[in-house]
Amino acid sequence: MKTYKQVFSELSQASRAALIPFFVIGDPDFDTSLAVVKTAIDAGADVLELGIAFSDPIADGPTIQKADIRAMKSGMNLQKARDFIRKLKEYKDIPIGLLMYYNLVYQYGVEKFFTDFHEAGVNSVLVADLSIDDADEIARPAASAGLDTVFMVTPVTEDSRMELIASRTTGFIYMVSVLGVTGSRDELSDAVAELVGKLKKLTSVPVCVGFGVSKPEHAAAIASAGADGVIIGSKIVGLIERNLGDSEKMLAEISVFLREVRDAIDTQAG
Amino acid sequence: MKEKGRFGDYGGFYVPEVLIPVLEELEGAFYRFYEDEQFVAELGQLSKEYAGRPSPLYYAKRFSDYVGCRVYLKREDLLHGGAHKVNNTLGQGLLAKYMGKTKLIAETGAGQHGLATAMIGALFGMETKIFMGVTDIERQSVNVHKMKLCGAEVVDVEGGTGTLKDAINDALRYWTAHVRDTFYLFGSTCGPHPYPTIVKHFQICIGKEARRQSLEQIGRLPDMIVACVGGGSNAIGIFSGFVDDKNVRLIGVEAGGRSLSSGRHAATLVAGRVGILHGAKAYLLQDEEGQVYDTESVSAGLDYPSVGPEHCLLKDTGRAEYVAAEDEEVLDAFELLSKTEGILPALESAHALAYMMSQKGKLSSEQVAVVNLSGRGDKDVSIVEKRRPLEQ
Ligand SMILES: Cc1ncc(COP(=O)(O)O)c(C=O)c1O
Repeated sequence: MKTYKQVFSELSQASRAALIPFFVIGDPDFDTSLAVVKTAIDAGADVLELGIAFSDPIADGPTIQKADIRAMKSGMNLQKARDFIRKLKEYKDIPIGLLMYYNLVYQYGVEKFFTDFHEAGVNSVLVADLSIDDADEIARPAASAGLDTVFMVTPVTEDSRMELIASRTTGFIYMVSVLGVTGSRDELSDAVAELVGKLKKLTSVPVCVGFGVSKPEHAAAIASAGADGVIIGSKIVGLIERNLGDSEKMLAEISVFLREVRDAIDTQAG
Repeated sequence: MKEKGRFGDYGGFYVPEVLIPVLEELEGAFYRFYEDEQFVAELGQLSKEYAGRPSPLYYAKRFSDYVGCRVYLKREDLLHGGAHKVNNTLGQGLLAKYMGKTKLIAETGAGQHGLATAMIGALFGMETKIFMGVTDIERQSVNVHKMKLCGAEVVDVEGGTGTLKDAINDALRYWTAHVRDTFYLFGSTCGPHPYPTIVKHFQICIGKEARRQSLEQIGRLPDMIVACVGGGSNAIGIFSGFVDDKNVRLIGVEAGGRSLSSGRHAATLVAGRVGILHGAKAYLLQDEEGQVYDTESVSAGLDYPSVGPEHCLLKDTGRAEYVAAEDEEVLDAFELLSKTEGILPALESAHALAYMMSQKGKLSSEQVAVVNLSGRGDKDVSIVEKRRPLEQ
C-alpha cells in the first residue's frame, strides 16, 4: 500500500505539490460517486480525501452539507464506505485520508474503526471535531492499526500549539486557509503564504492547504508558497451538485477543472 | 485549555481546532471575572433590578389538592423575559462586556434564550444575531417578533428539521468564521467546555434561593425537586442547590414527545446512548452507526437530541432520576395549572408539572415537592389553542 511518505517524497523530488481532491463517499450515489473519484484519479490526483456523511457536520458549509444529505439519502453507511474504498484501491493504489466526525468513529469503536478502515485501504483518519488536546484518544489506536495521523492547523493557532500539533502528526498537517467552515471562496487569503512559511520552518511534516480553494490560481499560489499539497473540496462537490441530472457532464467538468488545477500547480513548479 | 471540563467521562471539548483558541479565551475570562468583586456586584444589581431576582417560591394549593402532596413552584416564570434564561444571558452578557466583545450570537429553540440574549444585546448595546430553526420560528413566532423588537437579527436555519440542534449547528459554523470579535452566548448547560460550567454557575442562583426559601417558608427541605430537562440548565440550576442534601430526590423530566415507543420524542437520558455532539460527550439520541436522530416534542425548548454532561453523570451515579412526560400529558398539565392557579406555564415547564400529575395518589399529603417553573406559557398559547381547541 502506497504511503504518504512515498508520495510526498516522490513529489518533492519533482518539486511538485500534491493535488488532493475531497469527496463525500456515495455522493450522489455509490456508483456515480465511484465514477467521479476514478475520474479525479485519472485527472491527476495524488492523494484522496474522502468524507463519510454525518448528520451534523459542524465544520462544513452548505455545499458539503448537501453532499452529506445526498449520500445518506442514497443509503450510504460504514459498510458500504469500506466497500467503496476497497474498489478504489483496486482501481489504483493511491493514499486515502478519511475525514470523519467523531461520533461515527466512537460508536463503531475507535480501534475497530481504524483497523477495519486501514484494512480497506485508508492511510489516515482526520477527526474534524477532535483537537490535539484529545489526540490520546486516537493516536495509539491509529498507530497500532498502522495509520498515519493528520491534524489541523488554522490561522488562529498559536506557534507553541503548532509545534505540538506537528510533533504528533505522522501523515501531513491539514492547514486550514481561512477562518470558517468548508466552502468555496473567491479570494485566497493573503495570510496563507505566511502561514505555510511559518509551518514549514517549524516542521518537516508535509503541509497541505485546504478550505476555500476554488481556482487553479489559488492552487498555484499555495504551491508556490511552499505547501506540499492543495486540497480542493467544495468547488468540485459543487460540480457534482450542479450536474445531478447528467453524470457525463458531471465527470467531464470535474475532469477539466482538476486538470486545470494540476497544470497550474505544475506550471508554477516548472 | 486549563481544565478538561469533564463530569466523570462526560463533557470535554470535541470541537474543530479553529474553535480552541476562542474557547480558551472564554475559559480564561470566566475564571478571571466570575469571583471578581466588581463583576459580582454588577451582576447582583442587574439580577435584582433588571431581571427581578429573587424569584418567589409559591405554594400552589389548588394544584396540590389535585396531586395529593404539597407542591411549591419556583417562579422563574416571573423573571424579565419570562424564563430562567435571563440568569444566564445576564451573566454571559456581562462576561462578554468585560472581555470587550461587541457582538453576540446565540441559538434558540423556544425563543426564550434568543429573547433573553436579544434583551441583553439591547441592554449592553451589542449587535445580536439569533440562530433559529425554521420550524421553531413558525411555532414560536411571538418570541421571534420580540427578539426583533429588541433589535436582534433572527437568522433562519433551514437544515435538518429546523429545530434547536440545527440552530446550534449553524451558530457554531458562523462562530467558526467570526471567532475574532464574536461572543457565542450559549443557552444551556451543554456544548463544549467551558459552557456547561459557565451556564451552571449563572443558574445556581435558582437552587440557592429555593433552598433558603424552603427553609424559611416550609421550615424544612423539600422531599423532591422536579425540573424539566432540555439541555439541562434550569434543572442543573435548581438541582445544584440540593445536590448535597442526600435525602432530597432530584427528578428531571424529559420530553416524551408522541411516545417513547414511537421513537418520536426527545428523551435523551431516558432512551439515549453515549455519543458526541456539539462538542460534548453525553447521552445522545442516535441510530446504530451514530447518526443523530431528529427529535420531536410539543415544546421547542426541549426538542434536542443531546443533554448536558453533568446530568449524564447524575444519572449514572443515581443521584438524580430522569423520566419522560409525553405531549398529551404535558398539555393536560398546562391546562391544569392554568385552571387551578391562574398560571400559564411554558410547555417546557409543564413537563415537570406533568410528572407531578402522574404521581397523583402515590405521595403522602405531607410530602413537599418543589417544581421549577422555568418559564411562562404566553409564547405557547397558540400551540395549545391548536392542540386543545376550547369548547364554546
Ligand atoms: C421555559 C423554558 N424551560 C426550559 C427550557 C429548556 O432548557 P434547559 O433544559 O436548559 O433549562 C427552555 C428552553 O428554551 C425554556 O424556554
